[in-house]
Amino acid sequence: MPTVWEQLNAELPPVVDRAQSALVQIRNGGQGFGAGTIWHADGLIVTNAHVIAGRGALRVALPDGRTLPATILASDPDRDLAALVVTASDLPTVELGDSRRVRPGEWVMAVGHPWGVAGAVTGGVVIGMGAGLPEIPRAHHEWIALDLHMRPGHSGGPLVDVAGRLIGINTMIAGPDVGFAVPLHVVARFLKRALAAPQRARSR
Amino acid sequence: MTSVLQTLSQDMAATVEAAGPAVVRVEGRRRVPATGVVWSADGLIVTAHHVVSRDERITVGLPDGSTRPAALVGRDPSTDLAVLRADGGGLTPAAWASGDGPGVGQLVLALGRPGRSVQATLGIVSALGESWRTPAGGQIDRYLQTDVVMYPGFSGGPLVDASGQVLGLNTSALLRGISVTVPAATVRAVADALLAHGHIRRGYLGVGAQPVRLPEALAGQIGQETGLLIASVEPGSPADSGGLMLGDTIVALDGHPVHHMDDLLALLGGDRAGKAVPVRVVRGGQVQDVTVTIGERA
Repeated sequence: MPTVWEQLNAELPPVVDRAQSALVQIRNGGQGFGAGTIWHADGLIVTNAHVIAGRGALRVALPDGRTLPATILASDPDRDLAALVVTASDLPTVELGDSRRVRPGEWVMAVGHPWGVAGAVTGGVVIGMGAGLPEIPRAHHEWIALDLHMRPGHSGGPLVDVAGRLIGINTMIAGPDVGFAVPLHVVARFLKRALAAPQRARSR
Repeated sequence: MTSVLQTLSQDMAATVEAAGPAVVRVEGRRRVPATGVVWSADGLIVTAHHVVSRDERITVGLPDGSTRPAALVGRDPSTDLAVLRADGGGLTPAAWASGDGPGVGQLVLALGRPGRSVQATLGIVSALGESWRTPAGGQIDRYLQTDVVMYPGFSGGPLVDASGQVLGLNTSALLRGISVTVPAATVRAVADALLAHGHIRRGYLGVGAQPVRLPEALAGQIGQETGLLIASVEPGSPADSGGLMLGDTIVALDGHPVHHMDDLLALLGGDRAGKAVPVRVVRGGQVQDVTVTIGERA
């Protein structure tokens, strides 16, 4: 009979695997790189607007090892979200969760490329969520506040719940112990607008 | 098959939900509001002293979204605790832990309500110890240190265990850079004293002193190596009235040895205030007993 600790340790890696399966690396010319999250198998990728800021040529490194040029479908610097498109099909995706039902105290995990370490994971709990959280920038927007150790390079990567379902996009940090993610339903709203708009994808 | 991870996650979120109704927002300073814990249904709230910077115009935010004015019952900077009385009743008191308390390494949650909704951070109990004295002279029943992140506005909020019981009040102000929890027993003692007197009774002597090594012959005779050399006596103070003098070395008070300043502070509790006690001093190489009536200072 395995101990609870052993059961936990057996259950955690598959959750990380699910999160990592949708994780990409976004290279922004010479200006470093961040993370991104595959939204749709046909090449739609979500990341933060700040990850693609600048003028460098955008390339996306996929989990299968390919690196493809990317075009910008939409970008919203205020909400810090961007949608990219790569020419690919059958990309791995992550199951979508329900970010409106996230509760303070529940366990979550974030993956990204902190300080360039590819696919590194951090875990912790939800501190709180919603608009009007005290002491954060752009507090009028909805956020998920996180008690975990995000670093630069986690930006744009997936935040998943205990079942490995996507609930947000890692976006910013406030010190070493607190991170913030854009809730999934906000991302979905952004993408709906982006896809409804006349096609204005642009490469650079 | 039930996943242990999912169960754990649900348990933690359920604990936050269950303890949340007793966690209130405290607006008593200019910057971000902080947190308090409901002590009694009739409106008493315990919080951290350092988050209530004003004595008036204090409000508390309740879990249902309403706000109420609150009066300051009293504060004790030495333990960083304050008691408020919110208008009206009908509050949900916290379930305070009794018994052995947590063990080092166990998971705990820190709760806060700096905004509308309750918030939580997860950590482990880092260190437990005996009773200790804060740098400000407060007596705390038990040392309890955690690694919980003190999110802005979490001071004055509860540390809760797996059953949702409140182990104590978290504060980031007693020791810099360390999350310390004032245990439930100390919260109770300080809250009772504040309710009874409006302040914490403390004994008062009125001397400035520093520890010194006693001459070898005297050390052997008295049975201790150090005492407290009186460097100043406040005019009109209990020490002055009782006849303590500059240059005296205090070696005992009320029969208890005094080696360091800590010993003296520990002996000047509220229970000795107003009592005449013998103070043993070394004066001119001779051991003498002087009777001093301990004063009281808030």
